[in-house]
Amino acid sequence: MNERTRLFGWILLLITLAVVPLFLHSARWIEFLEMTLFVAVLGQGWNILAGYGGQYSFGHALFFGTGAYIQALLQVKFGFSPWIAMWFAISGGVLVGAFVGYLSFRYGLRGSYFALITLAFAEAFLVLSRSLKSITEGGQGVQLPLNQDPEKAIATFQFNFAGPFLSEYGFYYTIFFILLLAYGLTAWMERSRFGAQLVAVRENEDAARALGINAFKAKMGAICLSAGITAICGVYYVQKFLFIEPGIAFGPAKSVEALFAPIIGGLGTLLGPLLGSLFIHSVGEMTKATIGQALGGRPGVDLILFGVILILVLAFLPRGLVGLLEAAWKRLTGDRNA
Amino acid sequence: MLEVRGINKTFGGLKAVTDANLSVSEGKIVSLIGPNGAGKTTLFAIIAGFLKSDSGSVTFDGSDITGKPPHWICQQGLVRTFQVVQPFTSLTVRENIAVGAHTRIAGRRKALARAADVAKLVGMEGMLDQSAGDLTISGRKRLELARALATEPKLLLLDEVMAGLNATEIHDLLPVIRGIRDNGVTIFLIEHVMQAVMSLSDYTYVLNQGIMIAEGEPKDVTSSPEVIEAYLGHGAAERIAKMGGGNA
Repeated sequence: MNERTRLFGWILLLITLAVVPLFLHSARWIEFLEMTLFVAVLGQGWNILAGYGGQYSFGHALFFGTGAYIQALLQVKFGFSPWIAMWFAISGGVLVGAFVGYLSFRYGLRGSYFALITLAFAEAFLVLSRSLKSITEGGQGVQLPLNQDPEKAIATFQFNFAGPFLSEYGFYYTIFFILLLAYGLTAWMERSRFGAQLVAVRENEDAARALGINAFKAKMGAICLSAGITAICGVYYVQKFLFIEPGIAFGPAKSVEALFAPIIGGLGTLLGPLLGSLFIHSVGEMTKATIGQALGGRPGVDLILFGVILILVLAFLPRGLVGLLEAAWKRLTGDRNA
Repeated sequence: MLEVRGINKTFGGLKAVTDANLSVSEGKIVSLIGPNGAGKTTLFAIIAGFLKSDSGSVTFDGSDITGKPPHWICQQGLVRTFQVVQPFTSLTVRENIAVGAHTRIAGRRKALARAADVAKLVGMEGMLDQSAGDLTISGRKRLELARALATEPKLLLLDEVMAGLNATEIHDLLPVIRGIRDNGVTIFLIEHVMQAVMSLSDYTYVLNQGIMIAEGEPKDVTSSPEVIEAYLGHGAAERIAKMGGGNA
């Protein structure tokens, strides 16, 4: 697939994503798309560090939760505007990323050791956010005051009571915009010296160092970018649901959600996390609607299926759905240089 | 150009390199030979910053580079290749070489264009879009060389680029290495293939069990009894002399 076909495909895909919700008037389907894009962004955050940089984090909830808590607490405790708070939230995520990255990469922790360190930090923050009641409200979580004044919808970054268009599509286009930003950044990275050096470090760190690459710096750049994008997801989550509590913020569920989409979609590819997220959410909804219903609406059937899908992808599709797509394209066009 | 003074390195109780001294002057091809396990690769790793020596100093281009990190040393213009080739297997040949080119060039497009130019120098222009993982061993050796060249070094450290190649491939690679030198890059190489050492190098050092036992022009060094014994065992020089060989 050459550069032009790829670009054309992306434009088509993005236009589709921009227009499709306008034809959907069911709140449930718009929410379905919102969550799909949300996980696509979350997954891209993880993908930058793991897919491109080869540093597999098992605790990305750490950055998500940090962003979410800063966003919520600055508004509730200090009366910050959400538009101001978000900059602190993103910076906070980057800072935590830089801290964990410095500790791990300085001492050359790789592979499963790095995964364990990130998991440990996420768990530590989970415990801290439960126990530091005076700051975080502990286990009961932080609730943002609901704004019911349509005039203040933009100022409070809450679209529930905004005008007819905003209340329906406000959050969809917010996450769509964030997606454009995150994917734009990743696309830039792919085509930059930083990206090339990061991939070189992933492929072979010693060879990369011999060729003049400061591996530590490359990995630090990756974790900061990755943490920043993940923290934006936290900001979005808080504004949408107006609530955050330790389990949601720092629990392993978000860490797993972040790595699931890119692994299924295709590690280290721009499209992977989005494709993976679309696939997971479609399959999830279908399972819930069919088998889940048949079993009397019990939750969890979709999660079992995800586990099976993950195993199948790891066993048979090392390059994920993107690899499958490229092979199909190759066969379709007979293009040997795809 | 390169001055190595009094380098010592031990691994546990094992003395890998003992009081090694050598110098490589600009525009030359200098080789380092010695039996397996002599400490050649260790010495290379110390020079390029991958290992820290216990004592001694490495001076490159007038400045002390002892104990500096490898990426910094590479940016100063001293680059090494690996004996066991280390390609970035999921990238194409072009992308592999571009990683080296990025040491001097920030722009992606320019780095990729430079990669194509460097590929020509080592005869890889036809393989630019091949995946590095699909290359033959000879291709991988050339890629290793191309990547290092793309960093625009002043001094190139080649660790056994000929190992594993057949006679034809070696024959093809010799003019490439000479060409690199003629373009103004000084070369310091480790080599087991004596044909290559003899025909390429201006000066040779011989390392045995971590100790520099001989140096000089390759012709003289390879006929020195001490060197012959290092390779072939005690008493070998005498036997060869009796046989009237004279030339190892």
